[in-house]
Amino acid sequence: MPSGIFVLPAGIVTASYIAATVLFILALGGLSHPETSRRGNLYGMTGMSIALLATIFGIVTANYSILIGGMIIGGVIGYILAQKVQMTQMPELVAILHSLVGVAAVLVGFANFMGHDPSMTGVDKTIHDVETYLGILIGAVTFTGSVIAFGKLSGKITGKPMLIPGRHWFNLVLLIASIGLCFEFIDQSAAGAGIVPLAIMTAIALIFGIHMVMAIGGADMPVVVSMLNSYSGWAAAATGFMLNNDLLIVVGALVGSSGAILSYIMCRAMNRKFIAVIAGGFGTSGGTVASSSAEAGEVSAIEADEVSSLLIDAREVMIVPGYGMAVAQAQHTVFEITKTLREKGVNVRFGIHPVAGRMPGHMNVLLAEAHVPYDIVFEMDEINEDFPDVDVSIVIGANDIVNPSAQEEPDSPIAGMPVLEVWKGKTTIVMKRSMATGYAGVDNPLFYKENTRMFFGDAKVKLEEVLQNLHASN
Amino acid sequence: MRIGIPIEIFSGERRVASTPEVITHLHKLGFTVAVETGAGSSANYTDDAYKDAGAEIISDTKSLWSSADIILKVRAPAEEEIELMHAGQTLISFIWPAQNKELMNRLAAKKVTVLAMDSVPRISRAQKLDALSSMANIAGYRAIIEAAQNFGRFFTGQITAAGKIPPAKVMVIGAGVAGLSAIGTAKSLGAIVRAFDTRPEVKEQVESMDAEFLMLDFKEEGSGVGGYAKVMSPEFIKAEMELFAKQAQEVDIIITTALIPGKPAPELITEDMVKSMKEGSVIVDLAAEQGGNCKLTEANKVVHKHGVTIIGYTDLPSRLPTQSSQLYGTNIRHLLTDMCKEKNGVINVDMEDEVIRGATVINNGQITWPPPAPKLSAAPAKPAAKVAAPVTKVAAPPSVWSLLLPFIIGGAVLFGMGLSAPPEFMQHFTVFVLACFIGYMVIWNVTPALHTPLMSVTNAISSIIIIGALIQISSSEKWIMILAGIAILITSINISGGFAVTRRMLEMFRK
Repeated sequence: MPSGIFVLPAGIVTASYIAATVLFILALGGLSHPETSRRGNLYGMTGMSIALLATIFGIVTANYSILIGGMIIGGVIGYILAQKVQMTQMPELVAILHSLVGVAAVLVGFANFMGHDPSMTGVDKTIHDVETYLGILIGAVTFTGSVIAFGKLSGKITGKPMLIPGRHWFNLVLLIASIGLCFEFIDQSAAGAGIVPLAIMTAIALIFGIHMVMAIGGADMPVVVSMLNSYSGWAAAATGFMLNNDLLIVVGALVGSSGAILSYIMCRAMNRKFIAVIAGGFGTSGGTVASSSAEAGEVSAIEADEVSSLLIDAREVMIVPGYGMAVAQAQHTVFEITKTLREKGVNVRFGIHPVAGRMPGHMNVLLAEAHVPYDIVFEMDEINEDFPDVDVSIVIGANDIVNPSAQEEPDSPIAGMPVLEVWKGKTTIVMKRSMATGYAGVDNPLFYKENTRMFFGDAKVKLEEVLQNLHASN
Repeated sequence: MRIGIPIEIFSGERRVASTPEVITHLHKLGFTVAVETGAGSSANYTDDAYKDAGAEIISDTKSLWSSADIILKVRAPAEEEIELMHAGQTLISFIWPAQNKELMNRLAAKKVTVLAMDSVPRISRAQKLDALSSMANIAGYRAIIEAAQNFGRFFTGQITAAGKIPPAKVMVIGAGVAGLSAIGTAKSLGAIVRAFDTRPEVKEQVESMDAEFLMLDFKEEGSGVGGYAKVMSPEFIKAEMELFAKQAQEVDIIITTALIPGKPAPELITEDMVKSMKEGSVIVDLAAEQGGNCKLTEANKVVHKHGVTIIGYTDLPSRLPTQSSQLYGTNIRHLLTDMCKEKNGVINVDMEDEVIRGATVINNGQITWPPPAPKLSAAPAKPAAKVAAPVTKVAAPPSVWSLLLPFIIGGAVLFGMGLSAPPEFMQHFTVFVLACFIGYMVIWNVTPALHTPLMSVTNAISSIIIIGALIQISSSEKWIMILAGIAILITSINISGGFAVTRRMLEMFRK
């Protein structure tokens, strides 16, 4: 602990930290079910407040005005952001918030280095330097990586992977340089200097973050966002080590493992290796792998009035939303249709693929925003075997997650990826703006199946038409 | 274009080619419709109802035929009706071109275009205009009703004060559309239903209707092109006949629907089997028109032989005229919708369209039947084998080394750390590792639906890094204070933003 005049005894501060830790764990545990999740969030807020108050009254001794001012201004900005954001923009918001954690880690790291404690020597000193170095490194990568992810998600930067020639070598050089600089930094730090290697490393880490995310395609964003989530946790943990603060270590580890698990789930849902995703470049080779057996057949189009009569005649309807629904902001119309059909006794359910959308759980949030009750929204694994009994499936702006070639063509780029087996139902309606391929660049044989109808146009406009027809047929 | 719907003159035919409801849809496509007086009366559609739907009622048969560009009919036209047709006219009805060569030639000579509802290719896309399926569905339903009419007992089992009534046992041979419909109807009356089919892929469909699928202990694929059955080998037929002979002694009702396209119906129920059946049993032979599946069937008649009632009606759909007219009319409407994509009331005989190509048997006096073979059978059996291959790869058991290696490496790293690191660091490291494990356990329990709130809340709590800034804010060094101040500002954005947006999202998750 750094020296300071404690207003609160150190024991109380530690006890508060323990309470905060427990509350944070409860907060995450609460998310196991929507019922308990609201209480969980409350636990999280309480934990944060306790930790803040204990620190402010226990450790801080001066500069209260900056502290209070910063917290109030920051708090207000954050609150406004949270209230204003559209649910479809949630991935962008999360990405930009991650970048802030990254910046904070960098700033705290530098501040800590500048105010270093001369009492530390030997191994203690070396370990402390490594911790500082790592905290700044991870923080810097998180920062620029998240900013680029934000740009890609909000469409300010193209979603296509940007690949520079020899990019793996470039990454390797950056890595070796960082390791070399670490030794240099430890050496110089022992002599009381070291700011230069630290600054150079920070620059390298910033470049690395940009480069890494630039090379990753739009469809891999769920992995990237959860990976950055994980990094922000590890940055906090590294800072915790640096400051000898167990609360930071625990919370950092919780967040870090949370993000890592999410990344793993997302990778599994795409049947891809984490390393392969991070190495980037997916969706570029796909163009040449023209789907072999795709008898590029003709598609049969369908119009809104036929869609609505199909829906009314159906008993089991499954809606499979994808990123296209978010883009078209069609979730409210989807819910209106769902409500109308359910009133008529049609069993409407939703099937969600883990990587549908641009971040984990994206579709669930959009549907929840449109007041779709969560007990008719199902995960892929829960619902995939029900498709043979489904009369009509509606695929809204999704492509790769319903691509049968993942199962039927072993040499397809997405072979082995778990997909929603919509084609096993009686009729599938696919809503698309055009016949373009998905992010994976793979042709989708689903469109050419005999029981598939293509419903072209903007999802929101077209679904409004369907809704009107449904009302008209009363 | 003008559509004409004449009265069906075939004796006993009660169906009509269009209903008032269908006509309202035809108007939307841009057609005008004329209906002959009394055309729908046998099917309980009055002239007034047609008039209300916007159709013109014409009493004179000749002027109806001559004024119409498109004639919709159920039965193939009779001699005198063909006389009324004129060049360039389009006729849509059942034709059965294979059995009616003479009719085809006469129609071709009239320079008309003919679309045969029986020749619509049986592919999934054409299901909505598949009149054969519609009619078969009705025939299957009606077959059970006819059987019930002639059967002296309940179908359902009951325990009554007067004693126990066993349920009737029904065997359905051929689980096509008619067979499945019969199964469903018999099931809903409460009977015990068994079904047999040479095509193994229908087993699932039969079982899905809660009926028992009779299996032969014999391997032979019975699926032919277009979802129809094909002729089986003699050994198979022998095994099959043994099964039927055994079943005949047990069941009360037999419904036979076995047809092979272009061939006389196979004889499946022999005279001996009929003799072995219980007194009062009923056989309904849906293949009566093609010679019957039962030896003793007489087409269009109900006969009593050896104590068994054998029903050989060939007009079962016509015996439910309201229903069958409605379905048939809807099938025709779907065909016209496909032919009139611009909705301008003009049909286009697009010979590139697989469905329309199949249905068109005469195009402007040119006989275009038979069409080229349809592309594929309804049951793609092959891909299943392909899917299995990649799965087996994953299942390879991990070697002992790959299981042990992480532990060995982990152990070595821990040992190395224990040797060199100071005790204080090891203490923190303990906390770190345990926290990782807690995180691992807790996060796997999070429901996937809440992954987005999970990210935003972890984002908020990872701003605990603010503690680091708070520790440093009191520094007397100006730069440290500034850096810490900025860090406090931005982490505060994160804390309030993260928690607030999480709360906003969670509020939305409602049942």
